Amino acid sequence: MTGIEPTLTLPGPPATSPNLPVSGRGERPRTAWQALIRPPGRFLFSSWPWRALVYVVSGSVLGFVIAMALFVIAVTGAVLSVFLVGLVVLAMIPLTGLIVAPIERWRLRLVDDVPVVDPHVPPTRPGPWAWFTQRYREVATWREFGATLLLAVLGIADMLGLMIAGSFVGILLGAPLIVWLDPDSGSGLQMGPGWSVDTVVEAWSLVPIGLLLLVVFAYLITAWAAGRAQLTRLLLAGREVEPGERVVALTRSRARLVDAFQAERRRIERDLHDGAQQRLVALTVELGLARLDLPPDSDAGRRVTSAHEQAKLALGELRELIRGVHPQLLTDRGLAPAVADVAGRASVPVSVEIALPRRLPREVEAAAYFVVTEALTNVDRHSQATEATVRGRIDDGRLIVEVIDDGVGGADAGRGTGLVGLADRVSVVDGVLTLVSPIGGPTLLRVEIPC
Amino acid sequence: MDPESKSAVLRIVLAEDSVLLREGLVALLTRYGHEVVAAVGDAPALDAAVERTDPDLVVTDVRMPPTHTDDGLRVAVTLRSRRPNLPVLVLSQYVEQTYAAELLDTADGAGVGYLLKDRVGDVDDFADAVARVAGGGTVVDQEVIRQLLRRRSDPLDRLTSREAEVLALMAEGRSNAAIARALVVTEAAVTKHIGNILAKLDLPLDADDHRRVLAVVTYLRRSGSD
Repeated sequence: MTGIEPTLTLPGPPATSPNLPVSGRGERPRTAWQALIRPPGRFLFSSWPWRALVYVVSGSVLGFVIAMALFVIAVTGAVLSVFLVGLVVLAMIPLTGLIVAPIERWRLRLVDDVPVVDPHVPPTRPGPWAWFTQRYREVATWREFGATLLLAVLGIADMLGLMIAGSFVGILLGAPLIVWLDPDSGSGLQMGPGWSVDTVVEAWSLVPIGLLLLVVFAYLITAWAAGRAQLTRLLLAGREVEPGERVVALTRSRARLVDAFQAERRRIERDLHDGAQQRLVALTVELGLARLDLPPDSDAGRRVTSAHEQAKLALGELRELIRGVHPQLLTDRGLAPAVADVAGRASVPVSVEIALPRRLPREVEAAAYFVVTEALTNVDRHSQATEATVRGRIDDGRLIVEVIDDGVGGADAGRGTGLVGLADRVSVVDGVLTLVSPIGGPTLLRVEIPC
Repeated sequence: MDPESKSAVLRIVLAEDSVLLREGLVALLTRYGHEVVAAVGDAPALDAAVERTDPDLVVTDVRMPPTHTDDGLRVAVTLRSRRPNLPVLVLSQYVEQTYAAELLDTADGAGVGYLLKDRVGDVDDFADAVARVAGGGTVVDQEVIRQLLRRRSDPLDRLTSREAEVLALMAEGRSNAAIARALVVTEAAVTKHIGNILAKLDLPLDADDHRRVLAVVTYLRRSGSD
């Protein structure tokens, strides 16, 4: 028993984690952490301290705004909660992260060159409700809400820290100016209990201390920004997505792709049917009528006769083409008639035994039909069979379709018989394809699809 | 053109959703001396037109609004169940035994035609089919027959290839003389073949011309319902 189990192998997740190799000298650092460990001169005169400063300042402002906004929304929602609309307003609170997260991802680039990708999956169905439920179910939404709350809380801490540090450095560096502008206030600059700076000369001695502090603060603020950035990244990007989730997402996207492909084929079929085909039939009617009026042995008669024959041939070809693009019969009548139709066109006699109690989901029908057409093509091409049978039934919630031929057997998935494509096609609808084809035959192709 | 199909003027209701082809068909039917009393583009309109005009024959496409699936055929089948004597000729875009079988199931398949749409280009043959169906005959597209013959089936397996050819022509509603001409054999030979076919398919030999197509109809029903 040889079974082809459709499996899906995936490349590992791309490395987007921040633990990149530490850059040596001469290489551009990519994060604030890497900038910090460079030689002091290279760090202090780079843009990094300033970037860290901008990051922290903008973060504190943003945090303040978010805190206010959340407060307003919460109060509004609470006040209106006697009405339904209030509950809707409250339900929007966790979604604030969706607005903040893109800003945060963009701000992160200030101190961390490694981009964070948007983790959200687009909703599978259209409409606001689908979007809403999908977002609510996603872990990413709640992570982003967490990042938003963190920003609101830490924004206030940022502000306090900045004010204290800024005033310290400002007073020390500006001491001579302060004293000079205010020479006769008598008290001078109160630096602490029992220590006041009264003269400009004395004040100048404070400047080196201020410069030293400035350097210390440059390091401090960069470290603070780097820490904040790392926390934000942890919340926004999370650990790398589980491989299992990736497989599910990929399978879903493949199924969507197949659906889109089918829809497109249906559209093409309809366009051809409603357009070119009707036009051609009308043309053959016109030419047929013209033939009646022309003596068959005249030049014109011969030409019209020839044109008429050509148009009829074209019509036949177009009909085959359209059927190949999308079997209208499958849409109209379901699997059994469509399979009977295909079987009727096979070069060997095919008996069809399909008993289904109801119409099946469209994608299941399409996959099964595809398998049968492909299998019968293989029977015609490779098997040298004299007859074949197609059987179909529903068993325990699964559609089971078998194609049996009495040919030479030895069918091999690796021999380019389209079997791999079949297995792929079936796996999209969670089906399993089995092939039993000993040398000398008979060959059995079996498909099970849950429906 | 078969000389045996000199037909009376028929009052016809035509249903076809493509405007271009509808006009072409009206021209074609008019050309052969028939009167198209109503030309409509969707299934409900077809139903209404038949009730309003009480025609001698309905010619309809399968695929049309409202659902663009097999609306035309459904209306044809319900019309036949309401008025078993109303001849109906269905034009289909594809060969579908199920469709043909459903249609032939109505009123014993008398006055029923199922033709591939492409055939209307062969104007003489089409005019012929129109006359046959209106006269209570049965016309089934040769392509349907060909598919049936290719499929494995017990009674038809017993037919020789020559007999199968004759059956296919019978299914198109041809007379013995026409079959003899098509296969380039004598009429006597054709008569003999037909006798063999009817015997093999367990159908009583009958003077009635219509019994001949029962050979096909019976088979179609049997294969169309599996």
